[in-house]
Amino acid sequence: MAIDSKVVAQVAHLARLKVDEGDSAALSDRLNDILAMVDQLQQADVADVAPMAHPLDVTQPLRDDEVSEPNVRDKAMDIAPAAEDGCFLVPRVIE
Amino acid sequence: MSWEVVIGLEIHVQLNTNSKLFSGSKLSTGAEPNTQASLVDLGMPGTLPVVNREAVRKAALFGLAINADICRHSVFERKNYFYPDLPKGYQTTQLAEPIVGAGEVEIQLESGEKKIVRIHHAHLEEDAGKSLHEDFHGMTGIDLNRAGTPLIEVVTEPDMRNAEEAVAFARKLHAIVTSIGICDGDMSQGNMRFDVNVSIRKPGEPLGTRTETKNLNSFRFMEKAIKLEVERQIDVLEDGGEIVQETRLYNGDTHTARSMRSKEDANDYRYFPCPDLLPVAITDKDIETLKAAMPELPGARKERFMADYQLSDYDADLLSGSIATAAFFEGAAKAGGDAKLAANWVMGELAAKLNADEKDITDSPVSAEQLGQLIARLKDGTISSKIAKQVFEACWAGEGDPDAIIEAKGLKQMSDSGELEKIVDDIIANNTPQVEDYRNSDDAKKKKKIGFFVGQAMKATQGKANPQQLNQLLKDKLEK
Repeated sequence: MAIDSKVVAQVAHLARLKVDEGDSAALSDRLNDILAMVDQLQQADVADVAPMAHPLDVTQPLRDDEVSEPNVRDKAMDIAPAAEDGCFLVPRVIE
Repeated sequence: MSWEVVIGLEIHVQLNTNSKLFSGSKLSTGAEPNTQASLVDLGMPGTLPVVNREAVRKAALFGLAINADICRHSVFERKNYFYPDLPKGYQTTQLAEPIVGAGEVEIQLESGEKKIVRIHHAHLEEDAGKSLHEDFHGMTGIDLNRAGTPLIEVVTEPDMRNAEEAVAFARKLHAIVTSIGICDGDMSQGNMRFDVNVSIRKPGEPLGTRTETKNLNSFRFMEKAIKLEVERQIDVLEDGGEIVQETRLYNGDTHTARSMRSKEDANDYRYFPCPDLLPVAITDKDIETLKAAMPELPGARKERFMADYQLSDYDADLLSGSIATAAFFEGAAKAGGDAKLAANWVMGELAAKLNADEKDITDSPVSAEQLGQLIARLKDGTISSKIAKQVFEACWAGEGDPDAIIEAKGLKQMSDSGELEKIVDDIIANNTPQVEDYRNSDDAKKKKKIGFFVGQAMKATQGKANPQQLNQLLKDKLEK
Protein backbone atom coordinates (compact mmCIF):
# COMPACT_ATOMS: atom_id res chain seq x y z
CA MET A 1 0.00 0.00 0.00
CA ALA A 2 1.37 3.36 -0.97
CA ILE A 3 0.74 6.38 1.21
CA ASP A 4 -0.20 9.59 -0.54
CA SER A 5 -1.16 12.98 0.82
CA LYS A 6 -4.81 11.92 1.00
CA VAL A 7 -3.95 9.05 3.38
CA VAL A 8 -1.72 11.36 5.41
CA ALA A 9 -4.64 13.74 5.85
CA GLN A 10 -6.92 10.88 6.91
CA VAL A 11 -4.45 9.46 9.45
CA ALA A 12 -3.78 12.93 10.80
CA HIS A 13 -7.51 13.47 11.24
CA LEU A 14 -7.96 10.17 13.10
CA ALA A 15 -5.06 11.10 15.40
CA ARG A 16 -6.33 14.69 15.72
CA LEU A 17 -2.98 16.03 14.48
CA LYS A 18 -2.65 19.25 12.53
CA VAL A 19 -0.47 18.66 9.48
CA ASP A 20 0.54 21.53 7.22
CA GLU A 21 0.01 20.76 3.56
CA GLY A 22 3.64 21.65 2.88
CA ASP A 23 4.77 18.79 5.16
CA SER A 24 2.49 16.23 3.58
CA ALA A 25 4.88 15.01 0.86
CA ALA A 26 7.76 14.50 3.30
CA LEU A 27 5.47 12.66 5.72
CA SER A 28 4.22 10.41 2.89
CA ASP A 29 7.80 9.46 2.08
CA ARG A 30 8.66 8.62 5.67
CA LEU A 31 5.49 6.59 6.19
CA ASN A 32 6.18 4.72 2.95
CA ASP A 33 9.66 3.89 4.24
CA ILE A 34 8.12 2.38 7.37
CA LEU A 35 5.70 0.34 5.28
CA ALA A 36 8.59 -0.86 3.11
CA MET A 37 10.27 -2.14 6.26
CA VAL A 38 7.06 -3.92 7.27
CA ASP A 39 6.87 -5.45 3.79
CA GLN A 40 10.35 -6.82 4.34
CA LEU A 41 9.26 -8.32 7.66
CA GLN A 42 6.31 -9.94 5.90
CA GLN A 43 8.77 -12.05 3.89
CA ALA A 44 9.93 -13.92 7.01
CA ASP A 45 8.68 -17.52 7.13
CA VAL A 46 6.45 -17.69 10.20
CA ALA A 47 4.48 -20.81 9.23
CA ASP A 48 5.60 -22.62 12.39
CA VAL A 49 5.36 -19.67 14.75
CA ALA A 50 2.28 -19.16 16.92
CA PRO A 51 0.90 -15.60 16.83
CA MET A 52 1.54 -13.66 20.01
CA ALA A 53 -0.04 -10.59 21.55
CA HIS A 54 2.92 -9.72 23.74
CA PRO A 55 6.70 -10.30 23.54
CA LEU A 56 6.86 -11.72 27.07
CA ASP A 57 5.94 -15.37 27.53
CA VAL A 58 3.98 -14.76 30.74
CA THR A 59 0.33 -14.18 31.54
CA GLN A 60 -1.46 -11.32 33.23
CA PRO A 61 -1.29 -11.20 37.05
CA LEU A 62 -4.76 -10.50 38.43
CA ARG A 63 -5.68 -8.42 41.45
CA ASP A 64 -8.34 -9.12 44.07
CA ASP A 65 -11.61 -7.28 43.70
CA GLU A 66 -10.99 -4.72 46.44
CA VAL A 67 -11.46 -0.97 46.55
CA SER A 68 -8.04 0.57 47.05
CA GLU A 69 -8.14 3.97 45.34
CA PRO A 70 -8.86 7.18 47.26
CA ASN A 71 -10.98 10.04 45.96
CA VAL A 72 -8.61 12.36 44.06
CA ARG A 73 -11.22 14.68 42.63
CA ASP A 74 -9.95 17.91 44.17
CA LYS A 75 -6.41 17.34 42.91
CA ALA A 76 -7.67 16.44 39.44
CA MET A 77 -9.91 19.52 39.34
CA ASP A 78 -6.94 21.72 40.29
CA ILE A 79 -5.06 20.76 37.14
CA ALA A 80 -8.07 20.72 34.80
CA PRO A 81 -8.40 23.65 32.37
CA ALA A 82 -12.04 24.06 33.39
CA ALA A 83 -14.24 22.43 36.00
CA GLU A 84 -17.59 23.09 37.63
CA ASP A 85 -19.84 21.27 40.12
CA GLY A 86 -17.40 18.36 40.29
CA CYS A 87 -17.36 17.89 36.51
CA PHE A 88 -14.55 18.56 34.06
CA LEU A 89 -15.71 21.00 31.42
CA VAL A 90 -15.00 20.64 27.72
CA PRO A 91 -16.28 22.50 24.65
CA ARG A 92 -19.82 21.39 23.98
CA VAL A 93 -20.03 18.04 22.17
CA ILE A 94 -23.25 17.32 20.37
CA GLU A 95 -23.89 13.94 18.90
CA MET B 1 -44.00 -10.82 -1.28
CA SER B 2 -43.53 -9.60 2.25
CA TRP B 3 -40.30 -8.52 3.90
CA GLU B 4 -38.24 -10.65 6.22
CA VAL B 5 -36.76 -8.85 9.23
CA VAL B 6 -33.27 -9.79 10.43
CA ILE B 7 -32.18 -8.72 13.90
CA GLY B 8 -28.89 -9.12 15.75
CA LEU B 9 -28.18 -7.70 19.18
CA GLU B 10 -25.17 -6.40 21.05
CA ILE B 11 -25.78 -6.23 24.76
CA HIS B 12 -23.61 -4.46 27.30
CA VAL B 13 -23.91 -6.22 30.63
CA GLN B 14 -22.44 -4.36 33.60
CA LEU B 15 -20.64 -6.72 35.95
CA ASN B 16 -21.41 -6.22 39.65
CA THR B 17 -17.88 -6.21 41.02
CA ASN B 18 -16.76 -4.04 43.95
CA SER B 19 -14.02 -2.29 42.02
CA LYS B 20 -13.34 -1.35 38.41
CA LEU B 21 -11.90 -3.54 35.67
CA PHE B 22 -8.42 -2.03 35.64
CA SER B 23 -8.23 -0.01 38.86
CA GLY B 24 -9.16 -0.25 42.53
CA SER B 25 -11.78 2.53 42.24
CA LYS B 26 -15.09 1.88 43.89
CA LEU B 27 -17.93 0.83 41.64
CA SER B 28 -21.31 2.20 42.60
CA THR B 29 -24.03 4.38 41.21
CA GLY B 30 -25.20 7.68 42.57
CA ALA B 31 -21.86 8.97 43.86
CA GLU B 32 -20.88 12.63 43.44
CA PRO B 33 -19.30 13.21 39.99
CA ASN B 34 -15.65 12.21 39.65
CA THR B 35 -15.28 11.03 43.26
CA GLN B 36 -14.76 7.45 42.04
CA ALA B 37 -12.26 8.12 39.30
CA SER B 38 -8.67 7.20 40.10
CA LEU B 39 -5.53 8.23 38.25
CA VAL B 40 -5.88 5.10 36.07
CA ASP B 41 -9.49 5.97 35.19
CA LEU B 42 -8.49 9.56 34.45
CA GLY B 43 -5.92 8.31 31.94
CA MET B 44 -2.99 9.96 33.70
CA PRO B 45 0.39 9.38 32.04
CA GLY B 46 2.50 6.73 33.76
CA THR B 47 -0.39 4.74 35.23
CA LEU B 48 -0.85 1.08 34.39
CA PRO B 49 -3.96 -1.09 34.40
CA VAL B 50 -4.21 -4.14 36.69
CA VAL B 51 -6.95 -6.63 35.83
CA ASN B 52 -9.70 -7.44 38.34
CA ARG B 53 -9.80 -11.21 38.95
CA GLU B 54 -13.51 -11.18 39.81
CA ALA B 55 -14.44 -9.52 36.50
CA VAL B 56 -12.58 -12.27 34.63
CA ARG B 57 -14.28 -14.93 36.76
CA LYS B 58 -17.75 -13.47 36.11
CA ALA B 59 -17.18 -13.21 32.36
CA ALA B 60 -16.03 -16.84 32.24
CA LEU B 61 -19.01 -17.94 34.35
CA PHE B 62 -21.29 -16.32 31.77
CA GLY B 63 -19.52 -18.24 29.02
CA LEU B 64 -20.15 -21.53 30.80
CA ALA B 65 -23.81 -20.59 31.36
CA ILE B 66 -24.36 -20.33 27.59
CA ASN B 67 -22.30 -23.43 26.75
CA ALA B 68 -19.55 -21.43 25.12
CA ASP B 69 -15.87 -22.22 24.81
CA ILE B 70 -13.79 -20.19 27.22
CA CYS B 71 -10.67 -18.70 25.67
CA ARG B 72 -7.60 -19.94 27.58
CA HIS B 73 -5.50 -16.89 26.64
CA SER B 74 -7.75 -13.95 25.98
CA VAL B 75 -6.19 -10.71 24.81
CA PHE B 76 -7.04 -7.08 25.56
CA GLU B 77 -6.83 -4.62 22.70
CA ARG B 78 -7.07 -0.88 22.32
CA LYS B 79 -9.96 0.59 20.37
CA ASN B 80 -8.84 4.09 19.46
CA TYR B 81 -11.20 7.03 19.19
CA PHE B 82 -11.47 10.53 20.57
CA TYR B 83 -14.28 11.53 22.85
CA PRO B 84 -14.11 13.66 26.00
CA ASP B 85 -15.54 10.93 28.25
CA LEU B 86 -12.71 8.59 27.18
CA PRO B 87 -9.64 10.35 28.57
CA LYS B 88 -7.10 7.71 27.49
CA GLY B 89 -8.07 8.12 23.86
CA TYR B 90 -8.80 4.41 23.61
CA GLN B 91 -11.16 1.89 25.15
CA THR B 92 -9.51 -1.26 26.45
CA THR B 93 -11.58 -4.09 25.01
CA GLN B 94 -11.14 -7.43 23.25
CA LEU B 95 -11.39 -8.26 19.56
CA ALA B 96 -9.50 -11.21 18.07
CA GLU B 97 -9.32 -13.34 21.25
CA PRO B 98 -12.40 -12.58 23.37
CA ILE B 99 -12.82 -14.42 26.68
CA VAL B 100 -16.10 -16.08 25.66
CA GLY B 101 -16.41 -17.84 22.29
CA ALA B 102 -19.49 -19.04 20.41
CA GLY B 103 -22.44 -20.21 22.52
CA GLU B 104 -26.22 -20.38 22.44
CA VAL B 105 -29.32 -19.29 24.32
CA GLU B 106 -32.73 -20.95 24.05
CA ILE B 107 -35.75 -18.67 24.04
CA GLN B 108 -39.44 -19.48 24.38
CA LEU B 109 -42.00 -17.41 22.51
CA GLU B 110 -45.53 -16.64 23.69
CA SER B 111 -46.88 -19.33 21.37
CA GLY B 112 -44.78 -21.85 23.30
CA GLU B 113 -42.44 -22.30 20.34
CA LYS B 114 -38.77 -22.62 21.24
CA LYS B 115 -35.85 -21.21 19.31
CA ILE B 116 -32.07 -21.11 19.62
CA VAL B 117 -30.28 -17.76 19.34
CA ARG B 118 -26.58 -18.25 18.63
CA ILE B 119 -24.07 -16.10 20.46
CA HIS B 120 -21.16 -15.08 18.26
CA HIS B 121 -18.92 -14.25 21.24
CA ALA B 122 -18.79 -12.12 24.40
CA HIS B 123 -15.85 -9.93 25.36
CA LEU B 124 -14.65 -8.08 28.44
CA GLU B 125 -14.23 -4.34 28.19
CA GLU B 126 -14.32 -1.12 30.17
CA ASP B 127 -17.14 1.40 30.07
CA ALA B 128 -16.53 5.08 29.23
CA GLY B 129 -17.47 8.05 31.43
CA LYS B 130 -20.57 10.18 31.03
CA SER B 131 -21.01 13.40 29.07
CA LEU B 132 -23.54 15.79 30.57
CA HIS B 133 -24.88 18.26 28.06
CA GLU B 134 -27.31 20.13 30.33
CA ASP B 135 -26.58 22.68 33.04
CA PHE B 136 -23.13 23.78 31.89
CA HIS B 137 -24.07 26.90 29.91
CA GLY B 138 -22.76 25.95 26.49
CA MET B 139 -20.08 23.57 27.76
CA THR B 140 -20.21 19.80 28.29
CA GLY B 141 -19.57 18.37 31.76
CA ILE B 142 -17.58 15.16 32.09
CA ASP B 143 -18.13 12.66 34.92
CA LEU B 144 -15.64 9.80 34.90
CA ASN B 145 -17.11 7.71 37.75
CA ARG B 146 -18.34 5.19 35.20
CA ALA B 147 -15.04 5.09 33.29
CA GLY B 148 -13.43 1.68 33.75
CA THR B 149 -16.60 -0.11 34.89
CA PRO B 150 -16.35 -3.77 33.82
CA LEU B 151 -18.75 -4.81 31.05
CA ILE B 152 -19.21 -7.87 28.98
CA GLU B 153 -20.49 -7.17 25.52
CA VAL B 154 -22.55 -10.07 24.25
CA VAL B 155 -22.84 -10.25 20.46
CA THR B 156 -25.51 -12.45 18.88
CA GLU B 157 -25.74 -13.86 15.40
CA PRO B 158 -28.51 -12.24 13.28
CA ASP B 159 -30.92 -15.00 14.37
CA MET B 160 -34.01 -13.05 15.42
CA ARG B 161 -36.83 -12.38 12.96
CA ASN B 162 -39.08 -9.93 14.80
CA ALA B 163 -39.27 -7.67 17.82
CA GLU B 164 -40.96 -10.34 19.95
CA GLU B 165 -38.03 -12.72 19.48
CA ALA B 166 -35.54 -9.98 20.27
CA VAL B 167 -37.37 -9.10 23.48
CA ALA B 168 -37.68 -12.78 24.47
CA PHE B 169 -33.94 -13.11 23.99
CA ALA B 170 -33.20 -9.95 25.97
CA ARG B 171 -35.37 -11.15 28.85
CA LYS B 172 -33.73 -14.56 28.83
CA LEU B 173 -30.28 -12.99 28.90
CA HIS B 174 -31.40 -10.81 31.81
CA ALA B 175 -32.61 -13.95 33.61
CA ILE B 176 -29.28 -15.71 33.00
CA VAL B 177 -26.98 -12.90 34.16
CA THR B 178 -29.05 -12.20 37.27
CA SER B 179 -29.40 -15.91 38.09
CA ILE B 180 -25.65 -16.47 38.00
CA GLY B 181 -25.15 -13.27 39.98
CA ILE B 182 -22.81 -11.43 37.62
CA CYS B 183 -25.08 -8.41 37.02
CA ASP B 184 -27.63 -6.60 39.20
CA GLY B 185 -29.95 -6.35 36.19
CA ASP B 186 -31.33 -2.92 37.10
CA MET B 187 -32.29 -1.57 33.70
CA SER B 188 -33.10 1.90 35.04
CA GLN B 189 -29.46 2.20 36.14
CA GLY B 190 -28.18 1.11 32.73
CA ASN B 191 -26.99 -2.27 34.04
CA MET B 192 -27.99 -3.73 30.66
CA ARG B 193 -27.96 -1.70 27.46
CA PHE B 194 -28.98 -2.97 24.06
CA ASP B 195 -27.72 -2.07 20.60
CA VAL B 196 -30.05 -3.40 17.92
CA ASN B 197 -28.91 -4.23 14.38
CA VAL B 198 -31.84 -4.36 11.99
CA SER B 199 -32.06 -5.10 8.28
CA ILE B 200 -34.81 -6.34 5.98
CA ARG B 201 -34.76 -8.50 2.88
CA LYS B 202 -37.02 -10.55 0.67
CA PRO B 203 -36.95 -14.15 1.96
CA GLY B 204 -34.09 -16.13 0.41
CA GLU B 205 -32.10 -13.07 -0.60
CA PRO B 206 -28.75 -12.07 0.93
CA LEU B 207 -28.76 -9.86 4.03
CA GLY B 208 -29.78 -6.25 3.45
CA THR B 209 -27.89 -3.21 4.67
CA ARG B 210 -28.29 -2.88 8.42
CA THR B 211 -28.61 0.03 10.78
CA GLU B 212 -27.68 0.03 14.43
CA THR B 213 -29.92 1.65 17.02
CA LYS B 214 -27.83 2.23 20.11
CA ASN B 215 -28.20 2.35 23.86
CA LEU B 216 -31.75 1.10 24.43
CA ASN B 217 -32.23 0.54 28.14
CA SER B 218 -35.60 -1.13 28.49
CA PHE B 219 -37.33 -4.11 26.90
CA ARG B 220 -40.27 -1.92 25.93
CA PHE B 221 -38.16 0.73 24.20
CA MET B 222 -36.24 -2.00 22.43
CA GLU B 223 -39.44 -3.50 21.04
CA LYS B 224 -40.76 -0.10 19.94
CA ALA B 225 -37.44 0.99 18.42
CA ILE B 226 -37.23 -2.23 16.36
CA LYS B 227 -40.78 -1.87 15.03
CA LEU B 228 -40.17 1.78 14.16
CA GLU B 229 -36.93 1.00 12.32
CA VAL B 230 -38.50 -1.89 10.38
CA GLU B 231 -41.33 0.38 9.23
CA ARG B 232 -38.83 3.05 8.20
CA GLN B 233 -36.73 0.61 6.19
CA ILE B 234 -39.77 -0.83 4.42
CA ASP B 235 -40.92 2.70 3.51
CA VAL B 236 -37.48 3.63 2.17
CA LEU B 237 -37.09 0.49 0.07
CA GLU B 238 -40.65 0.46 -1.25
CA ASP B 239 -40.21 4.08 -2.32
CA GLY B 240 -37.21 2.96 -4.37
CA GLY B 241 -34.62 4.31 -1.92
CA GLU B 242 -31.58 2.71 -0.33
CA ILE B 243 -30.78 1.94 3.31
CA VAL B 244 -27.66 3.75 4.50
CA GLN B 245 -25.51 1.94 7.04
CA GLU B 246 -25.64 4.24 10.05
CA THR B 247 -26.00 4.48 13.78
CA ARG B 248 -29.38 5.67 15.00
CA LEU B 249 -30.59 7.03 18.28
CA TYR B 250 -34.09 6.24 19.59
CA ASN B 251 -36.00 8.64 21.80
CA GLY B 252 -38.49 6.73 23.95
CA ASP B 253 -40.40 9.85 25.03
CA THR B 254 -41.27 10.95 21.50
CA HIS B 255 -41.08 7.49 19.86
CA THR B 256 -38.81 8.87 17.14
CA ALA B 257 -35.31 8.01 15.97
CA ARG B 258 -32.63 9.95 14.16
CA SER B 259 -29.33 9.26 12.49
CA MET B 260 -26.45 9.77 14.92
CA ARG B 261 -23.39 9.73 12.75
CA SER B 262 -22.32 8.17 9.51
CA LYS B 263 -20.00 5.25 10.03
CA GLU B 264 -17.56 6.04 7.24
CA ASP B 265 -14.85 7.66 9.28
CA ALA B 266 -15.86 6.61 12.75
CA ASN B 267 -15.29 3.00 11.72
CA ASP B 268 -11.51 3.11 11.74
CA TYR B 269 -10.70 2.27 15.34
CA ARG B 270 -7.16 1.03 14.58
CA TYR B 271 -7.33 -1.83 17.08
CA PHE B 272 -4.07 -3.30 18.32
CA PRO B 273 -3.15 -5.53 21.29
CA CYS B 274 -2.74 -3.44 24.45
CA PRO B 275 0.99 -3.40 25.26
CA ASP B 276 0.18 -2.67 28.94
CA LEU B 277 -1.70 -5.93 29.43
CA LEU B 278 -0.57 -9.54 29.10
CA PRO B 279 -2.87 -12.30 27.89
CA VAL B 280 -5.31 -13.42 30.62
CA ALA B 281 -4.93 -17.14 31.33
CA ILE B 282 -7.80 -19.39 32.35
CA THR B 283 -6.87 -22.96 33.24
CA ASP B 284 -8.81 -26.23 33.12
CA LYS B 285 -8.82 -26.15 36.90
CA ASP B 286 -10.37 -22.65 36.91
CA ILE B 287 -13.11 -23.93 34.62
CA GLU B 288 -13.79 -26.99 36.79
CA THR B 289 -14.06 -24.71 39.85
CA LEU B 290 -16.49 -22.41 38.04
CA LYS B 291 -18.62 -25.30 36.80
CA ALA B 292 -18.85 -26.73 40.31
CA ALA B 293 -20.04 -23.38 41.67
CA MET B 294 -22.50 -22.65 38.83
CA PRO B 295 -25.78 -21.38 40.33
CA GLU B 296 -29.09 -22.75 39.05
CA LEU B 297 -29.82 -21.47 35.53
CA PRO B 298 -33.29 -20.26 34.48
CA GLY B 299 -33.88 -23.33 32.26
CA ALA B 300 -33.07 -25.77 35.06
CA ARG B 301 -35.18 -23.76 37.50
CA LYS B 302 -38.15 -23.98 35.16
CA GLU B 303 -37.79 -27.77 34.92
CA ARG B 304 -37.59 -27.97 38.71
CA PHE B 305 -40.70 -25.81 39.15
CA MET B 306 -42.62 -28.10 36.81
CA ALA B 307 -41.40 -31.24 38.57
CA ASP B 308 -41.52 -30.09 42.21
CA TYR B 309 -44.60 -27.88 42.18
CA GLN B 310 -46.59 -29.43 39.31
CA LEU B 311 -46.71 -26.05 37.56
CA SER B 312 -47.69 -25.81 33.89
CA ASP B 313 -45.03 -25.04 31.27
CA TYR B 314 -46.38 -21.50 30.97
CA ASP B 315 -46.55 -20.81 34.72
CA ALA B 316 -43.10 -22.28 35.31
CA ASP B 317 -41.64 -20.19 32.49
CA LEU B 318 -43.08 -16.95 33.86
CA LEU B 319 -42.09 -17.63 37.45
CA SER B 320 -38.54 -18.77 36.67
CA GLY B 321 -37.86 -15.90 34.27
CA SER B 322 -36.36 -13.59 36.85
CA ILE B 323 -34.46 -14.67 39.92
CA ALA B 324 -36.36 -12.16 42.05
CA THR B 325 -39.76 -13.48 40.94
CA ALA B 326 -38.59 -17.08 41.39
CA ALA B 327 -37.35 -16.38 44.91
CA PHE B 328 -40.58 -14.58 45.80
CA PHE B 329 -42.70 -17.44 44.48
CA GLU B 330 -40.70 -20.09 46.31
CA GLY B 331 -40.80 -18.07 49.53
CA ALA B 332 -44.58 -17.66 49.33
CA ALA B 333 -45.11 -21.31 48.35
CA LYS B 334 -43.02 -22.50 51.29
CA ALA B 335 -44.65 -20.17 53.82
CA GLY B 336 -48.15 -20.84 52.52
CA GLY B 337 -47.84 -24.57 51.94
CA ASP B 338 -49.51 -24.43 48.51
CA ALA B 339 -47.47 -23.89 45.35
CA LYS B 340 -50.40 -23.62 42.95
CA LEU B 341 -52.06 -20.92 45.05
CA ALA B 342 -48.72 -19.13 45.43
CA ALA B 343 -48.21 -19.24 41.64
CA ASN B 344 -51.69 -17.83 41.03
CA TRP B 345 -51.25 -15.02 43.51
CA VAL B 346 -47.76 -14.03 42.33
CA MET B 347 -48.81 -13.96 38.65
CA GLY B 348 -52.29 -12.57 39.37
CA GLU B 349 -53.01 -10.16 42.20
CA LEU B 350 -49.37 -9.36 43.01
CA ALA B 351 -48.28 -8.83 39.39
CA ALA B 352 -51.30 -6.59 38.75
CA LYS B 353 -50.60 -4.43 41.80
CA LEU B 354 -46.87 -4.18 41.02
CA ASN B 355 -47.73 -3.19 37.49
CA ALA B 356 -50.29 -0.58 38.55
CA ASP B 357 -47.90 0.98 41.07
CA GLU B 358 -44.92 0.61 38.68
CA LYS B 359 -42.98 -1.30 41.31
CA ASP B 360 -40.40 -4.03 40.95
CA ILE B 361 -41.07 -7.29 42.78
CA THR B 362 -38.01 -6.62 44.97
CA ASP B 363 -39.83 -3.51 46.25
CA SER B 364 -43.15 -5.25 46.85
CA PRO B 365 -44.85 -3.87 49.99
CA VAL B 366 -46.23 -7.38 50.58
CA SER B 367 -43.37 -9.76 51.37
CA ALA B 368 -43.19 -13.39 50.24
CA GLU B 369 -43.70 -14.46 53.88
CA GLN B 370 -46.80 -12.27 54.19
CA LEU B 371 -48.27 -13.63 50.97
CA GLY B 372 -47.48 -17.11 52.28
CA GLN B 373 -49.37 -16.37 55.48
CA LEU B 374 -52.35 -15.14 53.47
CA ILE B 375 -52.28 -18.31 51.39
CA ALA B 376 -52.12 -20.44 54.53
CA ARG B 377 -55.26 -18.75 55.91
CA LEU B 378 -57.01 -19.23 52.59
CA LYS B 379 -56.01 -22.85 52.51
CA ASP B 380 -57.14 -23.65 56.07
CA GLY B 381 -60.50 -21.98 55.46
CA THR B 382 -59.99 -19.05 57.85
CA ILE B 383 -60.85 -16.63 55.04
CA SER B 384 -62.59 -16.86 51.67
CA SER B 385 -60.87 -15.88 48.45
CA LYS B 386 -62.93 -12.71 48.30
CA ILE B 387 -61.85 -11.69 51.80
CA ALA B 388 -58.29 -12.71 50.91
CA LYS B 389 -58.19 -9.96 48.29
CA GLN B 390 -59.34 -7.47 50.90
CA VAL B 391 -56.61 -8.66 53.30
CA PHE B 392 -54.04 -8.43 50.48
CA GLU B 393 -55.03 -4.81 49.79
CA ALA B 394 -54.68 -3.95 53.48
CA CYS B 395 -51.33 -5.69 53.69
CA TRP B 396 -50.19 -3.80 50.55
CA ALA B 397 -51.24 -0.55 52.25
CA GLY B 398 -48.95 -1.40 55.16
CA GLU B 399 -51.58 -2.34 57.73
CA GLY B 400 -49.54 -5.29 59.01
CA ASP B 401 -49.30 -9.05 58.58
CA PRO B 402 -52.33 -10.89 57.17
CA ASP B 403 -53.01 -12.63 60.51
CA ALA B 404 -53.05 -9.30 62.32
CA ILE B 405 -55.29 -7.73 59.66
CA ILE B 406 -57.76 -10.66 59.79
CA GLU B 407 -57.87 -10.38 63.58
CA ALA B 408 -58.12 -6.58 63.73
CA LYS B 409 -60.84 -6.32 61.09
CA GLY B 410 -62.74 -9.38 62.26
CA LEU B 411 -62.53 -11.00 58.84
CA LYS B 412 -62.45 -14.61 59.96
CA GLN B 413 -64.78 -16.82 58.00
CA MET B 414 -67.67 -18.00 60.14
CA SER B 415 -66.65 -21.48 61.14
CA ASP B 416 -69.38 -21.83 63.76
CA SER B 417 -72.17 -23.55 61.79
CA GLY B 418 -74.68 -22.79 64.56
CA GLU B 419 -74.29 -19.04 64.10
CA LEU B 420 -74.57 -19.32 60.31
CA GLU B 421 -77.59 -21.59 60.64
CA LYS B 422 -79.38 -18.96 62.68
CA ILE B 423 -78.70 -16.31 60.04
CA VAL B 424 -79.97 -18.62 57.28
CA ASP B 425 -83.10 -19.40 59.30
CA ASP B 426 -83.79 -15.66 59.69
CA ILE B 427 -83.40 -15.04 55.97
CA ILE B 428 -85.79 -17.85 55.09
CA ALA B 429 -88.34 -16.62 57.63
CA ASN B 430 -88.17 -13.01 56.37
CA ASN B 431 -88.39 -13.74 52.64
CA THR B 432 -91.41 -15.97 52.25
CA PRO B 433 -92.28 -14.95 48.63
CA GLN B 434 -88.76 -15.73 47.41
CA VAL B 435 -88.76 -19.03 49.30
CA GLU B 436 -92.07 -20.03 47.66
CA ASP B 437 -90.79 -19.00 44.26
CA TYR B 438 -87.63 -21.09 44.79
CA ARG B 439 -89.53 -24.15 45.89
CA ASN B 440 -91.83 -23.98 42.81
CA SER B 441 -88.92 -23.74 40.36
CA ASP B 442 -87.25 -26.54 38.42
CA ASP B 443 -83.64 -27.57 39.18
CA ALA B 444 -82.07 -25.29 36.55
CA LYS B 445 -83.88 -22.23 37.84
CA LYS B 446 -83.16 -23.17 41.45
CA LYS B 447 -79.46 -22.93 40.73
CA LYS B 448 -79.92 -19.33 39.71
CA LYS B 449 -82.43 -18.39 42.36
CA ILE B 450 -80.31 -19.60 45.25
CA GLY B 451 -78.05 -16.62 44.47
CA PHE B 452 -80.52 -14.28 46.14
CA PHE B 453 -80.23 -16.12 49.47
CA VAL B 454 -76.42 -16.38 49.20
CA GLY B 455 -76.29 -12.63 48.64
CA GLN B 456 -78.48 -11.95 51.68
CA ALA B 457 -76.39 -14.22 53.86
CA MET B 458 -73.10 -12.70 52.71
CA LYS B 459 -74.52 -9.26 53.42
CA ALA B 460 -75.61 -10.32 56.89
CA THR B 461 -72.20 -11.86 57.64
CA GLN B 462 -70.19 -9.12 55.90
CA GLY B 463 -68.77 -11.73 53.52
CA LYS B 464 -67.43 -13.94 56.27
CA ALA B 465 -69.59 -16.98 55.59
CA ASN B 466 -67.77 -19.99 54.16
CA PRO B 467 -69.29 -20.21 50.66
CA GLN B 468 -69.40 -24.01 50.46
CA GLN B 469 -70.84 -24.33 53.92
CA LEU B 470 -73.44 -21.63 53.21
CA ASN B 471 -74.52 -23.20 49.94
CA GLN B 472 -75.01 -26.58 51.54
CA LEU B 473 -76.93 -25.10 54.45
CA LEU B 474 -79.25 -23.08 52.16
CA LYS B 475 -79.97 -26.08 49.95
CA ASP B 476 -80.81 -28.25 52.94
CA LYS B 477 -83.12 -25.67 54.48
CA LEU B 478 -84.87 -24.57 51.27
CA GLU B 479 -85.57 -28.12 50.15
CA LYS B 480 -87.28 -28.95 53.45
